[in-house]
Amino acid sequence: MTNTATPRALIVMPALNEAATIGEVISSIREASGSFDVIVVDDGSTDGTAVSARDAGARVLRLPFNLGIGGAVQAGFKYALDNGYEQLIQVDADGQHEPREVCKLLEVMRQDPQIDVVCGSRFKTDTGYVAPISRRTGIHIFAFLLSRLVGQPVTDPTSGFRLYNRRAIELFAFDYPSDYPEVEAVLMLHHHQLRMVETSVQMYQRGGGDSSIGSGKSAYYMVKVLLALLVGLARKRPKVGERRSADKPVTMET
Amino acid sequence: MDARIKIIAVLAALALLLVVLELVRRRRLLERYALLWLLSAGVILILAIWTSGLNSLAKLLGIASGPNALFFVAIGFVLFLLLHFSVAISRLSDQVTILAQRQAILDERGGAPSEVLFDDDAGDLGAQGSDGITLHESR
Repeated sequence: MTNTATPRALIVMPALNEAATIGEVISSIREASGSFDVIVVDDGSTDGTAVSARDAGARVLRLPFNLGIGGAVQAGFKYALDNGYEQLIQVDADGQHEPREVCKLLEVMRQDPQIDVVCGSRFKTDTGYVAPISRRTGIHIFAFLLSRLVGQPVTDPTSGFRLYNRRAIELFAFDYPSDYPEVEAVLMLHHHQLRMVETSVQMYQRGGGDSSIGSGKSAYYMVKVLLALLVGLARKRPKVGERRSADKPVTMET
Repeated sequence: MDARIKIIAVLAALALLLVVLELVRRRRLLERYALLWLLSAGVILILAIWTSGLNSLAKLLGIASGPNALFFVAIGFVLFLLLHFSVAISRLSDQVTILAQRQAILDERGGAPSEVLFDDDAGDLGAQGSDGITLHESR
């Protein structure tokens, strides 16, 4: 492990077959916010994503097989927890997010230390972003439901551009949903009384690769997440800090 | 109860019992799962032999004939077993996820080369070169 200074913020990029674009995305992230460590979670890619990412100067968590977006992002949370990072920024590997806006998220949290999660929203103000119709419907349904469930407006519940503090890292390292995890995560934050705010961000159309959610699967995932949301309402979640015995960090052997 | 269905039910239950015991003997089936199967087969066997018991059970449940009550009980066991397996599979996939994440983190720490250990989408790493097109497209 080559930890130079005390690690503070970690940028986590879940990636599945993004070899074509990931190098560029990493370069622009490092340019815009060079002081942060970047780790790519390669979710079982078959196109050399891990090699491209490493060549571009990122660390790589290479999952031995495809876990799906939730499992990949959670690996990032676990890594951040193990290595003592205070903040984690999740950024998509396909170049949808504007790297300079990482600092914007950080600034929102800096101004109000009570905030646990800052979520970049495409829809908070009109940024000109238009999602494909199949996804838009789902996003709006989730936004409507979540806003009512958590009692605060949530405009972009599927956004994967988020900043988490240590408390949120601890929560999600041990319990993170699997499909469309961002949606259910919002509900979990609410249950654990962690504070989330949204801030408006730019979002580009995808640069390359396949979205983790194709239109055909959208409906299936929607039903699945709706089930998860409704069941999640009645679910007792482990408290932050309470660790499942099966999943202790290896460094904390008792 | 007709003698034929009685014989068939007894033989089927006996066969199930024997197969389960044999699987345990060969260590192909864990005792923890075998117990559920043995319980199911045992109850069906008892009800198949004990006709008066089965008939009173049928009466109790409002089922017209004894054999139907036997089906009812058997289907009940099957549903229970299936649900039990779904729970077991869910737990296993949770554990597999945890292991995969832990393995990736340990790999990164140890600076191990990135290899696909097990790839259920493709036969191998695919072409890592020029154009990024994989040799084996998904399933």
